Amino acid sequence: MAQTVKIKVTVNGKQYEREVEPRLLLSDFIRHDLGLTGTHVGCEHGLCGACTVLMDGEAVRSCTIFAVQADGHEIQTVESLGTPDNLHPIQQAFIEKHALQCGFCTPGFLMTLVDYLGDNPNPTEEEIREAIDGNFCRCTGYFNIIEAVKLAAQKMASH
Amino acid sequence: MAGKYVHQSILRLEDPELITGNVQFLDDIELPGMLHAAFKRSDYAHARIKSIDVSEARKLPGVIGVYTAEDFGDYIKPGPLQVPPPTAIKGATYVARTTMPIAKDKVRFAGEPVAIVIAESRYIAEDACDLIYVDYEPLEAVVDLEKALQPGSPLVHEDLPSNEAGHVRQERGSWEQAVKEADLVIKRKFFINRNAGAAMENRGIIVQWDKHAKQMTIWCGTQSVIALRNQTAARLGLFESQVRVITPNTGGGFGPKINTSLPDDVLITYLAMKLDRPIKWFEDRRENFLATTSERDQVHYCELAVKRDGTIVGLKDFFYHNTGAYNPYMMTVPLNTQTHTVTNYRVPNFLTEFYVVFTNQMIVTPVRGAGRQYGVFVMERMLDAAARELGMSPVEIRRKNLLPANAYPYYTSIIGQDFVEGVLDSGDYPTSFQKTLELIEYDKFVNEVQPKLRAQGKKVGIGVACFSEGTGVGPYEGARVTVGGNGKVVVTTGYTSQGQAHYTTFAQIVADQLGVDVKDVKVITGDTGYFGWGAGTFASRGITVAGTATHLAAQKVRQKALKLASKILEAPEEELELADGVVRVADIPSKFISLGDLATLANPMRGTMEPGTEPGLEAVAYYGPPYGATGAGAVGLIVEVDPETMQVSLEKMAFVHDCGTPVNPMVVDGQIHGGIQMGIGDAFYEELIYDENGQLVTASFMDYLFPQATDMPKKLVLGHMETPSPLNPLGIKGVGEAGAIPIPSVFTQAVENALQETGVEFDRDTLSPSRIFTYVQQAKGA
Repeated sequence: MAQTVKIKVTVNGKQYEREVEPRLLLSDFIRHDLGLTGTHVGCEHGLCGACTVLMDGEAVRSCTIFAVQADGHEIQTVESLGTPDNLHPIQQAFIEKHALQCGFCTPGFLMTLVDYLGDNPNPTEEEIREAIDGNFCRCTGYFNIIEAVKLAAQKMASH
Repeated sequence: MAGKYVHQSILRLEDPELITGNVQFLDDIELPGMLHAAFKRSDYAHARIKSIDVSEARKLPGVIGVYTAEDFGDYIKPGPLQVPPPTAIKGATYVARTTMPIAKDKVRFAGEPVAIVIAESRYIAEDACDLIYVDYEPLEAVVDLEKALQPGSPLVHEDLPSNEAGHVRQERGSWEQAVKEADLVIKRKFFINRNAGAAMENRGIIVQWDKHAKQMTIWCGTQSVIALRNQTAARLGLFESQVRVITPNTGGGFGPKINTSLPDDVLITYLAMKLDRPIKWFEDRRENFLATTSERDQVHYCELAVKRDGTIVGLKDFFYHNTGAYNPYMMTVPLNTQTHTVTNYRVPNFLTEFYVVFTNQMIVTPVRGAGRQYGVFVMERMLDAAARELGMSPVEIRRKNLLPANAYPYYTSIIGQDFVEGVLDSGDYPTSFQKTLELIEYDKFVNEVQPKLRAQGKKVGIGVACFSEGTGVGPYEGARVTVGGNGKVVVTTGYTSQGQAHYTTFAQIVADQLGVDVKDVKVITGDTGYFGWGAGTFASRGITVAGTATHLAAQKVRQKALKLASKILEAPEEELELADGVVRVADIPSKFISLGDLATLANPMRGTMEPGTEPGLEAVAYYGPPYGATGAGAVGLIVEVDPETMQVSLEKMAFVHDCGTPVNPMVVDGQIHGGIQMGIGDAFYEELIYDENGQLVTASFMDYLFPQATDMPKKLVLGHMETPSPLNPLGIKGVGEAGAIPIPSVFTQAVENALQETGVEFDRDTLSPSRIFTYVQQAKGA
C-alpha cells in the first residue's frame, strides 16, 4: 500500500478527516472518497471545467489539484447550492432558459458562475462569454447558458 | 398539430434533479467489492506483436489479473457487424473486418488494446499498465486514403488483397447524358476532415454477475441497450433475459456510444463472470480520443454539369471514405453522404460512387451528422464554384435549382443507410431559403453594409447554404404505456437518452392522449429490464420513431380506458372525455372515475376476464416507418476575418429549420444550438490529425480545439417552419443533427466572400487561421 497522508478538509460546511495517497486527485477524493458525485470529471487535464468546485470561495478545477493540497481548505461543490425543491437562483435560471441538456457539464458551469457573479453581479454579454469560456458544453452551443446567466444575474440582484 | 402539451415549450421535467447533482451517471455508481479495469494500449499504429511480458504487472499489490489475447482463448474473435451490409444496393461489394476485442499478433491502430488489467483501484490498474512490456515489430502505417489503394501499399488486413473495404455505385438518370447536355462541366476536389464525438462524459461500463441468480447486470451509457444485451448474451451463451442493461444518466452520446462489442464490453463481461466480482471501466479523455470511434476522412472528386444560365444538368461525385482499422459499422456514413448530396436541388442526372478504405486509424462510425454534412458540403461547394465560373451570385444559382414546394413526395432513386430508396416525404425548400435570406438581411448586407465596411478596410463576408437531414429511419422502436393504481403513468421504451429531453417530450405526448398532468408521466428509457425491444439512438429518430410508438401506445390505453369507463359509468364512449386524470361524462362532470381506480379495476383479481380483453390500463405499440422523414432548412452567416491573424469572427447567423411538428419548440431550439456548435467546430476548430506514422497528434483538449462560448456567433436568429411529415400521426421529423450539417458549407462560402479580392477558394471543410493564411498565399501566387 502506498504511503498515505492525513488531511482535514471542509466540504460543504462539513469537516472530513481522511488518510489519502498524495497522488489522489481532489476530484476523485470528492467523488469517490466522500461520495459527492455531483461534481463530474470530463477530461482530467484541466481543460473542460466539468470538475470545477470552489476552494476557499474561488472556482478551481478539482482534477488538477491533489486532495492533499486541499488540506486545511474549504471546498464547495454543487451539492452546496440548491435542492430540487429549493433551487439556487442560477440553477433556476438554467432550467428556465433550457441551459442544460445532458447535464454533465452543468455543475462545473454553476460553480464557475457562483464565483463569477459574486464578483461581477451585472455582467455584459461579452463578459459572460469570457466568464464561461473555460467550461465546455457539447449539447447547448452555450446560447441558452448565456441567456441563463443574464437571468440569474437579475434573479440574484432582486434577492 | 398542437395539444395541451404537444407543441408547447414546457420546462424539462428532468432538470431539477439533474441540476442539483441528485442523479446517477455511470462513474457515480459504486458496488460492494467492485474492481477496476484499465487497458494497456498500443503505441504503434501498425506493428506485429512479438511478445508481451505481464509478469511484473501481475506482481503489483492490488492487481487481480492481467490478461492478453491468449488468456481469453477462443473467446477472442472479431465482433459481429453492428449494421448489416448494403445488399439492397445492386452491385455493392464489401468485406467485413470487424473489431478485435484485444489485439492478437498484430496491432492495427494506435490505442488498440493489447492487455487489460483488473485491480482493486483504477490507480493501481493504471500503474500496472506501465509495468507491461510489449515487444513490437513496427510496420509501415497505412494513413493516406488514396495511397492506401495503390498497389504495393502495406495492408491493414494481410488476408485481404488490398485495403479496399467496399464499393458502392448508384446512378439516377445518366451522367453521360448530362455531360452531353451541359454547357459547362465544373470539376473540383474536396477534402473532408475527421471529428470526434467528444461527449463531455466519456464511455464506460460496469458489469455485475450474480452467480446464484445466473443474472448479469450491465450499467452503460450506451446508445443501444438492445444491441449490447443481445450481443453480450449471444457471446456468453446466455438468454437475453439473463442480461439486463441499464443506462444511467448519460453525458451526451453524439454517435460513438452506439457501438457494442468493443473491447470493454467484450472483455469486462467475461472477466466479471470469471472473477465473480463487479468490474468498472471508465474511459479517460485520451482513450476517448485514441480508441473510441470517430469520423471522418473523405476525398471527393466532383463534377457538376450546368447550363450557362446556372441550371444543373447533372452531378458526378466519386469519393474515398476512410473506415479506419475495422469496419463494424459497415457503410452508414458514406451512404449518408450519397443520399445527402443532391436532396435540396433538382439534379436530373446523378452518379455517386465510393470506395471504403481500411487505414491504420481509429474505427470510423457515425458522429452527429454522420456523413450527411459531406454530401451537403460537396453540393454547396460545387454550386459556389459554378456561381463563380458563371458570374452568378450564390443566391441566384441556389434559387434556380432548389426543389419546388410541390415536389413531395420526391423519390431520389438513391438507397440510403436504411437500405430503402430515399424519399423526401415533405418540405418547402424555397420558402426556408427565402426566410433565411430575410433573417440574415442578405440584400441589405450585400448592397449597403458590406460596401461601407469594406471601405473602412474590414474583411466582412456573407454566405448562405441549404441542407436536408434524413431522420427517423427504421427499422422500428416500441413503447409501453401503463397507468398505475396511483393514477400516474409510466412510459417505458428501449430507446436511450443522452440529454435529448425524452423524459419531457415523451411525457407531453402521453399527457395529451390520457388527459393527465404532464408531471404525472414518468418516462423510463434505456433499461432492458423494463422494455426489451428496439434498435437504438441514432439518425435523429428518437421523437420521430420512439415518440410515435409512445403516441400509439397511449392511444391504445386511451381506448381501453374509454371502453372500461363506458361500462362503469353506463355512458356511451362517445360521450366520455379524458381530462384532469379522470374519465368523465363530458356533459355531467360529476359523473367520473379516476384513471387510478380504472387501472385497479382493469386488473380483476377474481371472476372471469372478458374474452378478447387484456388486463391493465396498459398497452404496447411499435412503430416502423417505410422510410425516414426528411427535415431541411437553410443557414446564413456573416463573418469578419482579421487580415493579420486570419481569425474569423462569427458576427451573425440565421438558421431556418423545418422538423414538422415540434413536440417541444424549446427543446428543438436546443438541439439546433448544439448542432450548430458542432458544425462550427467542424468548420474551424476541431480536427483529428494523424501524422505519417498513424499517430493521433491531437489527443487532448490542448490540441483538439473544442468550441467555446467566445467562439459562437455573436448573434443567432432561428426561424421555424412546419411542414408536417405525412409518415406519422404527429407529423414529426427529427432534428438532432440538423444544426451540425450545413455549417462548414456556409462558413467556407462566407470566409471566401470576406476575402473576395484575393480570389481564394477553399477545398476542405475544416479551416483554421493558418490554413486560411496558406490558401490566401497560394491564391496570391506567393
